[in-house]
Amino acid sequence: MTKFTERNGLSRRTLLKGAASAAIAAGSTTLGAPMLWAQNIKDVTLRQFGTGVSNLNDVANKVKEDLGFTLEMTALDTDSVTQRAATQPNSFDIADIEYFIAKKVWGAGNLQAMDTTKIANYDKIAGTFRSGLLTPESTIAQGTAPHTVGFTSGPNGTDFVQEESGWMTLIPTIYNADTLGIRPDLIGRPISNWSELLNPEFKGKASILDISSIGIMDMAMVVESMGEYTYPDKGNMTREEIDLTIGIFTEAKKNGQFRAFWKSFDESVNLMTSGEVVIQSMWSPAITAVKSQGIPCVYQPLEEGYRSWGGGLGISAALSGIELEAAYEYINWYLSGWVGGYLMRQGYYSAVPETSKEFMSADEWGFWYEGKAAEGDILSPTGDKLAGAGEVRDGGSFLDRMGSVVCWNSVMDENQYMVRKWNEFIAA
Amino acid sequence: MKLRNNPAISSLLMVSPLAAILLIFLVLPIVLIVIVSFWRATEFSIVPAFEFDNYEFLFGSSVTYTVFFNTFKYALITWACTLLIGFTVAYYLAFHIRTLTWQIALFLLCTIPFWTSNIIRMISWIPFLGRKGIANSTLMSWGAIDVPIEWLLFSDFAVILAFVHLYTLFMVVPIFNTMMRIDKSLIEAARDAGANGAQILWNVIIPLTKPGIMIGTIFVVTLVMGDFITVRFMSGSQSANVGRLISNDIALLQYPSASATAIVLLLTVLITIGTLLRFVDIRKEL
Repeated sequence: MTKFTERNGLSRRTLLKGAASAAIAAGSTTLGAPMLWAQNIKDVTLRQFGTGVSNLNDVANKVKEDLGFTLEMTALDTDSVTQRAATQPNSFDIADIEYFIAKKVWGAGNLQAMDTTKIANYDKIAGTFRSGLLTPESTIAQGTAPHTVGFTSGPNGTDFVQEESGWMTLIPTIYNADTLGIRPDLIGRPISNWSELLNPEFKGKASILDISSIGIMDMAMVVESMGEYTYPDKGNMTREEIDLTIGIFTEAKKNGQFRAFWKSFDESVNLMTSGEVVIQSMWSPAITAVKSQGIPCVYQPLEEGYRSWGGGLGISAALSGIELEAAYEYINWYLSGWVGGYLMRQGYYSAVPETSKEFMSADEWGFWYEGKAAEGDILSPTGDKLAGAGEVRDGGSFLDRMGSVVCWNSVMDENQYMVRKWNEFIAA
Repeated sequence: MKLRNNPAISSLLMVSPLAAILLIFLVLPIVLIVIVSFWRATEFSIVPAFEFDNYEFLFGSSVTYTVFFNTFKYALITWACTLLIGFTVAYYLAFHIRTLTWQIALFLLCTIPFWTSNIIRMISWIPFLGRKGIANSTLMSWGAIDVPIEWLLFSDFAVILAFVHLYTLFMVVPIFNTMMRIDKSLIEAARDAGANGAQILWNVIIPLTKPGIMIGTIFVVTLVMGDFITVRFMSGSQSANVGRLISNDIALLQYPSASATAIVLLLTVLITIGTLLRFVDIRKEL
């Protein structure tokens, strides 16, 4: 494909191309070292978009400080992110997207494969994103596991390959195990199963997220937990299974089980803090946000396990020359620890935990990663207190949490059908 | 100079800029939507085709009918409320306020809420109506209720309340405008002929304000039928109108399906307006 954008001025780009690529060969492997083209790269502006979870202005500021170039962030809801990645390839340079989105949009050819030899910390990336195995003994959970859509056959590949081919679709940055969030003060009893989401006790006080690829998995967890049905593969349902799953939830909706549905995580925060909802699908930073307002909120570990997701950075197919090298440098910087530490303090896991550890205190590392009791106050990246001495993280250590993952956010073979049924569920 | 002498050509030239604008920005996009509505969608792309799948799915699903019914329900109730309030406000402004200065001042007062965005005016209802919102806590402190009223927020009530709040002004303005043009001597004549207040209202003012009412009606009905964001926020994503069906489709990259729904909605709205225009010939009345 010989597509290129004239946006950044063709002459400068071609002029610099020769000089830059020579310097880069040496530059990109030794991270942070001063580079010959450091003066030019300051003029570069990279446009990144993604969901609100990791598109943070703090990151853009730090990029300016550490790397010298400008990063423009746009935060959107998950569906808008997918839409943009698929339909507006010239509107971004870096796509900060989830792996299931990659499965949807990779075939459109708007992203380019990334050379893993240019990624300095490639060897330190967690196993989940490479072989798919968390530990050598792990079994791979159902759904669109990141490693199944993480590699492509070559620089121009539009397919997915199952082995580490040296060409990645996304460079993994972040992942987590999701579960239900609850207001323990308003519920007043232990919650230990997904089926509680449809418990009539919480009629009019429950919520589920309105993002089909994620919501359908939460639904499947609930349906299995209720004992209604056990899926051969939750991550790839048949039409009958989709009908059954959405049927159960449509009935619950008609009976007034749900107070509202939410689409972006700030909506879920508002629902929880206002007490409109006491149990709902939730994401980690939403829990953090509720807690930092002094309102009790638990990211409740459940017997059936977690639904997991992973995200990474992709590069626009239109990117070349110095911008492309800036993008690689940015991604290398991303994996070098500062962002990882920041995200870990929000309750996510960094795809390169080793480097993130260097940017966290021993107490923070113990609390967030190892599941140990906090020795002092645990603060969010913005300085709000999240936990005091003696408290432990909901769900425990990294291995406890990620080891209990039973499914990933998914794009199924019957996605088209599922999406239509989902639309009907929302409209019903 | 022949041009000037040929009225056919010169009038053609005069309308052509407008015609060109309408053609490029209105007709062409609609034609495109019609074409795409017959295409096929995959995960990440749309494939040119000519098939009726999208329409089949649309008309084959019972949800579609519910959603269209909902859309009409919202439009009808909102129309009735905005008409009642809008007419009353306009009547008061036009006939009870004597000086033009005060009429203008009060009219501008009506527009003050429009200085902030639609979305903000809508969202500010949410904390007000919530379970622990101002409305519920006030009612509870008065002892009027013991438990919070749930249906105040995230319900059809909330949706219609927001619609009425957002769109009443669209009813006030055209009605006020036509009322101001009613010759006051007609009302005096009616009174001299022995008509009482109600008779004047019914037999003189309402017939003469019809065009205004009709313009307001068209505004409100089309705005409500085309809306999706109010329904999404005020119902907590729980109710749907056609606009939401379309926006969901677009969010899920189902452009052909969204186009098919949009075409059906467009036809529905056109038929509705066509019917409305049968009652009043706006062109003549203006």
